[in-house]
Amino acid sequence: MRKIFLSVSIAAAGLLLLSFPVIAHHGAAALDTGKEITLKGSVTEWIWSNPHCFLKFDAKDDTGRVRNWAVETQNPTTMTLRGFSRTAFKVGAEVTVTVEPVKNGEPVGRMLSVILPDGQKLIAAAPTTPASTPPPPQPIR
Amino acid sequence: MRVRSIAFIIASVVVAVLSSALPRAQMKPWNNAGLTGPPAASSAPAPRRDLSGVWDAGQGGIQPTGYNVAALFTPLGAKTAGANKPGNGPRIADVSEDNDPLSTLGDPAGFPRIVLYELRPFQIVQTPNQVLIVYMFEKRWRAIWTDGRALPSDPDPRWYGYSVGRWEDDYTLVVQSVGMDDRTWLDNAGNPHSGSMRVEERYHRVNQNTMELTVTIDDPVMYTKPWTPIDKLPIRLMPNDTDLMEMITSASDAMAYRREIASPAKRK
Repeated sequence: MRKIFLSVSIAAAGLLLLSFPVIAHHGAAALDTGKEITLKGSVTEWIWSNPHCFLKFDAKDDTGRVRNWAVETQNPTTMTLRGFSRTAFKVGAEVTVTVEPVKNGEPVGRMLSVILPDGQKLIAAAPTTPASTPPPPQPIR
Repeated sequence: MRVRSIAFIIASVVVAVLSSALPRAQMKPWNNAGLTGPPAASSAPAPRRDLSGVWDAGQGGIQPTGYNVAALFTPLGAKTAGANKPGNGPRIADVSEDNDPLSTLGDPAGFPRIVLYELRPFQIVQTPNQVLIVYMFEKRWRAIWTDGRALPSDPDPRWYGYSVGRWEDDYTLVVQSVGMDDRTWLDNAGNPHSGSMRVEERYHRVNQNTMELTVTIDDPVMYTKPWTPIDKLPIRLMPNDTDLMEMITSASDAMAYRREIASPAKRK
């Protein structure tokens, strides 16, 4: 029973780590935090690179026009741990992307999740919350 | 009794699935990204004076928001920190002002930032007179001399400094470093350092699978007293056939990111 508890605890800790919004090299200063939009579109490019991977896709948004969106994710290392890969998106694939957009209305933002053509949902990041921004004080000797 | 037996069988299956899935995820033969969660610890005894192997602190090594140490700034420390406009941490600046030399200029992370931020998996290699640390992040390495030499007294600055190490006991390697280039930041929060900073790292091997890392920053030019950004951070040994991913921000990749994401986000 102790073994089961240990395994379940390990799995729970793993899920917690996965859901924590690790914004590695920059924070959410440009994002309209708390706002989420869901866009259905067609992939034009998937760039697997550091410091951030990003997905480009054509989608009709609330401007009423089809615009080419560019949404960032974390780096390839972190995205690998979240189930993404270099070959996760093919050009022309129909995807549904949930995005935290930037404040200035440009078709740019941060990917929160994506539903792939086969129905699989991948979680890219947790939405930004005020609690995720300030760091806790560190122990000082 | 029957219900308990069925419950036991179900629980056993759950344990088998979980415990087989976790090691498999970690045992990818090529391009391993690191640990997805804390692996089971081992109580097997540690080998003497041996840290060789591939190690990972998991998510605990990433430290995306940096450290909140404003209370320790000297007047010059406060002034220098004020000119640093970080993309994260308690003094987070607007993305249009961000001047992090690592992410906006492509400068090396430098030491100790490579330990205080994005401490991804790293490999330790020991030779008769050196301990080499090979980092996945940036694909950089450091040479820690264990041949008894003294640190240089007036070193030319280096991005990764000058390091010497000695075994305090059979399981604790203590590393002292000086000569770090003051263009680098300590962390993602824009905390500064001077060229006079000394850094101590203590690698304490607890058992076969685990070591703990403690880092102390001693920089009286910028901070009123020494402080410890990392205190006994647990780090796990990975299988010795682990092949690590590359994690390099190339100039061309960073330029594409600026063009497609950062610049449109800054547009007024």
